[in-house]
Amino acid sequence: MTNDEARKIVVAAISSIAPDADTEALAGDDDLFDALELDSMDQLNIVVAVNQETGLEIPERDYPKLTTVDRFAGYLVGAASAG
Amino acid sequence: MEEATILQWRVSPGAAVAKGDIVALIDTEKSEIELEIWDTGTIVDLVVTEGEVVRVGAPLARLSVTDASIPPAASLPRLAPRPTPPSMEPLPRERLGPGAATPSLRRPAHQPAVHSPLVRRLAENAHLALSDVVGTGPGDSITRADVERRARRVPASPLARRLAADRNLDLAAVAGSGPDSAVLATDLPPETAPEPGPTPSKATTMRIAIANLMTRSNREIPHYHLAQDIGLAAAMAWLETTNSEVGVARRILPAALLLRASALALAKHPELNGFWGNDGFQPGEGVQLGVAVSIRGRGLIAPAIIDADSLALPDLMAALRDLVNRARAGQLKGSEMSSATATVTNLGDRGPDLVHGVIHPPQVTLIGFGRITQRPVVVDGTIVAHPVVTATLAADHRATDGDRGARLLSTIDQLLQKPDRL
Repeated sequence: MTNDEARKIVVAAISSIAPDADTEALAGDDDLFDALELDSMDQLNIVVAVNQETGLEIPERDYPKLTTVDRFAGYLVGAASAG
Repeated sequence: MEEATILQWRVSPGAAVAKGDIVALIDTEKSEIELEIWDTGTIVDLVVTEGEVVRVGAPLARLSVTDASIPPAASLPRLAPRPTPPSMEPLPRERLGPGAATPSLRRPAHQPAVHSPLVRRLAENAHLALSDVVGTGPGDSITRADVERRARRVPASPLARRLAADRNLDLAAVAGSGPDSAVLATDLPPETAPEPGPTPSKATTMRIAIANLMTRSNREIPHYHLAQDIGLAAAMAWLETTNSEVGVARRILPAALLLRASALALAKHPELNGFWGNDGFQPGEGVQLGVAVSIRGRGLIAPAIIDADSLALPDLMAALRDLVNRARAGQLKGSEMSSATATVTNLGDRGPDLVHGVIHPPQVTLIGFGRITQRPVVVDGTIVAHPVVTATLAADHRATDGDRGARLLSTIDQLLQKPDRL
């Protein structure tokens, strides 16, 4: 998985969970929780969406690594190559 | 809620319906809601049409029911919590709803009263039949001014007259092309597009609904407030282990644990689960747990998880997830909006340490949870770092006193120390 592919997956997951969230204006290093007013329910839904798209199961202890689009995408690239 | 708009019928005449079936989609101040029917039977006809605004209590449809003892009707329920199991009040058949025709107010044809020969002569000179003149004198008699006013009246077709009145046009300013230069509807100037005015957005109406509820709460309810720090070391450890053993889609959020403990505690302390009204406290039937859900950009809504105390933890989590998703998509059911017996607000995640709650009348209780944080706690004389949450209770002092509220918080605390039993 390339970084671009990972970014697309992350943004698509966020848009499907929070269709009213302004993903266009989102910078790669914006904190997702603050910028898009996401909460833990949104986060769980995003993780489930990513799992459905990629088959990757993100453990709860790794949630703190998913705070921005850049970090989330980077995490997915790493997880995809490891698995 | 005083009125709502029928957006969409989901049944048509002839359809068989059972209690609990969704019959329509309605638009209230707060959101779009799927309306359920509380009788079983067959729809005879739909009294109101899509797009119509109806007042609460107005009949929406006629229904023939299998139980002949109930007069058949389906009406718009008042979407405020009811102490009895939710049911639409059957209305007497003859009750008029918004679809009923009102008798037209036409003046009966009779000889108008004319008290003055002068008035009679003026009417003759103006070639007016007295029955054509509207009398405004005592007893609707015709006065001189009435005749003069009628004589000055610009000849126009009834349609033109009505259209001009609707649009606030002066008929005297319009050149008439009809007989005797009467103004016809086609002589009226073309209508220009109406000035676009500010339309109240959904966000504003939700804001107004919240404003009304919170104002009423502050005005009517004498609140008392209690707070308790609850150690969650056992609960979070248990949750981590449990979640690692199930797939992503079956993970349980800490919020679900807190809701489960709250539901069980409310079942154990029924004096805090219910409503305050003119007749005092009325206990709720079962624990219909309202959950405060924030709607991005619009406000707050608190739909209820039905019979929350009877749901095992995984089912409660699934119900919570479904409820939050539907609340944010505007797809809540009428029964979820109107039945909460108590409410929980969980500002968890990134929120403040504790919430000073505001009760949603006519409920008597609001349980609040702040953010779960690592805090120094004393265990066996040593200071250690543990996850802790501050639970708060806002309660109606008319219904309970501090000691009862304190017991509720204590029960929640005890339940959370034994997560495997939740």
